Amino acid sequence: MVWFILRRCGSAVIVLFVASVLIFLGVRALPGDPAVVMAGEEASPAVVEAIRHEFGLDKPLPAQYVDYVAQTLSGNLGRSTQDQIPVADILAERLPVTLELSALAMLVAIVVGVGSGIVASVRRGKLADYVATGFGLAGLSVPHFWLGLLGILLFAVTLRWLPASGYVPFTEDPGQNLQRMLLPALVLGTGFAAILMRQTRSAMLGALSADYVRTARSKGLAEAKVVGAHALRNSLTTVVTVLGLQLGALISGAVVTEQIFVIPGFGKLTVDAVLTRNYPVIQAVVLVTVIGYVVVNLLVDIAYAYLNPRIRLSGGGHG
Amino acid sequence: MAETLAVPVRSGRADRRRRLWRRFRRRPMPMAGLVLVAAFLLLALAGPLVTGDPSAQDYAATLAPPSGAHPLGTDDLGRDALARIAHGAQVSLQAGVLSTLLAMVIGIPIGLVAGFYRRWLDPVVMRLVDVTLAFPFLVFAVGLAAIIGPSLKGVVLALGFSQLPAIIRITRGEVLAIREMDYVAAAIADGAGDRHILFRYVLPNCANPLIVQATVAIPAAIIGESTLSFLGLGVQPPTPSWGVMLTTAQQYLDVAPWLAIWPGVMIALATLGFNLLGDGLRDVLDPRSGR
Amino acid sequence: MSLLEITDLAVHFDTEDGLVQAVRDISLTLEEGEILALCGESGCGKSVTAMSVPRLLPPGTTKLSGSIRLDGRELTTLPEPELRKVRGKDVSVVFQEPMTSLNPSFTVGYQIAEVLRRHEKLSRRAAMDRAVELLELVGIPAPRRRVKEYPHQLSGGMRQRVMIAIAVACSPRVLIADEPTTALDVTIQAGVLDVFRDLRDRLGTAIILITHDLGVVADIADRAVVMYAGRAVEQAPVAELFARPRHPYTLGLMKALPSAAVNGRLAEIPGMVPSPMSDPDECAFRARCPRAQDDCATSRPPLVRQAAGHLAACFHPGEQP
Repeated sequence: MVWFILRRCGSAVIVLFVASVLIFLGVRALPGDPAVVMAGEEASPAVVEAIRHEFGLDKPLPAQYVDYVAQTLSGNLGRSTQDQIPVADILAERLPVTLELSALAMLVAIVVGVGSGIVASVRRGKLADYVATGFGLAGLSVPHFWLGLLGILLFAVTLRWLPASGYVPFTEDPGQNLQRMLLPALVLGTGFAAILMRQTRSAMLGALSADYVRTARSKGLAEAKVVGAHALRNSLTTVVTVLGLQLGALISGAVVTEQIFVIPGFGKLTVDAVLTRNYPVIQAVVLVTVIGYVVVNLLVDIAYAYLNPRIRLSGGGHG
Repeated sequence: MAETLAVPVRSGRADRRRRLWRRFRRRPMPMAGLVLVAAFLLLALAGPLVTGDPSAQDYAATLAPPSGAHPLGTDDLGRDALARIAHGAQVSLQAGVLSTLLAMVIGIPIGLVAGFYRRWLDPVVMRLVDVTLAFPFLVFAVGLAAIIGPSLKGVVLALGFSQLPAIIRITRGEVLAIREMDYVAAAIADGAGDRHILFRYVLPNCANPLIVQATVAIPAAIIGESTLSFLGLGVQPPTPSWGVMLTTAQQYLDVAPWLAIWPGVMIALATLGFNLLGDGLRDVLDPRSGR
Repeated sequence: MSLLEITDLAVHFDTEDGLVQAVRDISLTLEEGEILALCGESGCGKSVTAMSVPRLLPPGTTKLSGSIRLDGRELTTLPEPELRKVRGKDVSVVFQEPMTSLNPSFTVGYQIAEVLRRHEKLSRRAAMDRAVELLELVGIPAPRRRVKEYPHQLSGGMRQRVMIAIAVACSPRVLIADEPTTALDVTIQAGVLDVFRDLRDRLGTAIILITHDLGVVADIADRAVVMYAGRAVEQAPVAELFARPRHPYTLGLMKALPSAAVNGRLAEIPGMVPSPMSDPDECAFRARCPRAQDDCATSRPPLVRQAAGHLAACFHPGEQP
């Protein structure tokens, strides 16, 4: 287990390194000379040269990369070109919003997806299975943003139960915050619930037909125990793996959902930054996403290893 | 339990295909998927010829509700929603097919080479594939949009690259499996050239899982294109993309809700069609992959 | 009254291709402390017969008729919650596949303790202590350590012993062992059979041993039922069966034994088992039988007494081939 985790940490570091190089080079590949941009169009060549020197832009690329990493590690992510606010401050303000949205959506997805997947597998071929399978297919086929529009159309425009958009920080008014987060979380969670449902169902069907489940039945265990302990425990590794694989999609989905519901989170920051060509922000956003992605994947791997005694008790990896 | 006696029948390729088709045809869901996909293709290829100019503006009827002249209503600039949906299907189809083709053109050779020659290349490629498999494609698309500007080209590139890991992985897996087959091992032992083995044995066996993968990749790309376009990071107005139409619809949700319905329904139906078709094909063509 | 009485048991499976008749009119009894072998080729219905007792066949597609009485109590109509009190307690099963029959996610100790906590209402602690004793009983060395291990850390033979420990944990009246030695090395087979013998001697457990291996039957069983195409074709005490087999199918099986091999070659019974979908009124073994006559095609031979305790279903039973 220790070896397994160390190896995963090692590859996480490699991913971060590669990603940081790509981001660094990506920014260099952008059209326009950053020194000229900073100095302004009508600045004299001498001024541009001074700025170039000041920011180390005249150094060779590897040296610039080292500078970039050093700056980043010390928490200096540059300033937003829109309003000159330090990017680190913007992130500190926006990130918790997105984390809350994602956590709520994941909660919805796990409760609805895993729950309906289990029910569908146990009631295979019955009405409940068809309903859940149908929901799974529909959830897979409907894009987040349209679901969001329909939600607003139904709950905000037609029924007027919920506000269409806007955000109230949790610390200001928890009730209002949750009320406004409800619809976005449902919208974001539905797609994942569908994926989780399909995967849980098929993993559970596999587990329920496994020999060890027959053994569990032969012991005279109650069906709840057979399904809930013996079959589910072995399906959880699949569920955890799927959660890990869906992480990227979750981040993408959060971006879209925040855009629709005008939630001032990380995703909206991302889109706005691209549309206004706010390069320091884009750079930081991509980097933070990659870090978050790598960290959560590491956690998923550890959870996977914990659930699977073969890995937990040995130094080997899986696959 | 029942000892069923499988009668081995030597059958040709055409025979096999007919048998698969018969198995496929009996299932209602995949057939429904096939119909939906066919309708989508028809709409994308023939629709624009029938519906007229998607950019023609009728200032007398902006945000008009559905009527005889405009069956699905008009948008804020008085453009016919039906015509825009038909042309939007074309954009969706392009994004779906081109990005999948791109991923295959690049991914299949990489997968073949990695799986066939192993050695140092294979672990390196697979490590990269693992890393990128679940990478948020939107972040990638955002980066790309920042560099080359939002456009259909950017969308296709972003979607194509995001599908690459899956294609490489599937191809490599098939190569590894087929290499172990007796007749391939025999061909290798007989000194058949690498190219002969790759094209004669390995590649044809990759076809089925890759076809199935295409039915996953195309709908994902359709959703991806509409999402990016909706966010303003993809196809730019005035090109009629379903995602762009929904951006407009969001602004007029309270006065023209009908604009928000049809583009979304089209995305959902096209995606659903491919998903149903894919599930059915997977059962018939690629029974090993349990999903 | 015998411990277990199976009367006119028939089992059908509803499959996509139609109704499969897996077991047809089986009647047999099992006495306390007896080891009864059910033998025959794969697909003959021996496993299905045995699994009908604790009703461990797939529900929904299985149709079961006839009677199965344990200590006079009818099991076929027992409600599921009541039956669950029987499973693992009065009737327990050792399955064929030691590699996959244990849950990979739980320690072997947990899996043994589970059945004790269910039926004996033992505390977690007490059940674990008992699990250690059981592992010792089935001959696993260092049981204190093994009890905390997971199935993948154990060899096939050890896993089979763990399965046996689970099955005997609550001192069942009837133990069903489905090909318990098939997946094991020959050297380990003998050890597992010793465990069974020991159990019978110590706890008086009656054992239904399902096997296609007549060598195992000769080694351990008291009585044997030979099944063919879903029916019992011969039934006799083991010594009598091997000394004077009456049914030509039994004889064929014996010729297929490695010890009976001529010139190092096993005699095979030529021909195919008839389809389990149809059931014409004739001897099912007719097509493969060297003794077949015209009367074998006109009606099905009934299972009749040949000698004391010896039944066979053949119109032309011979003492000798």
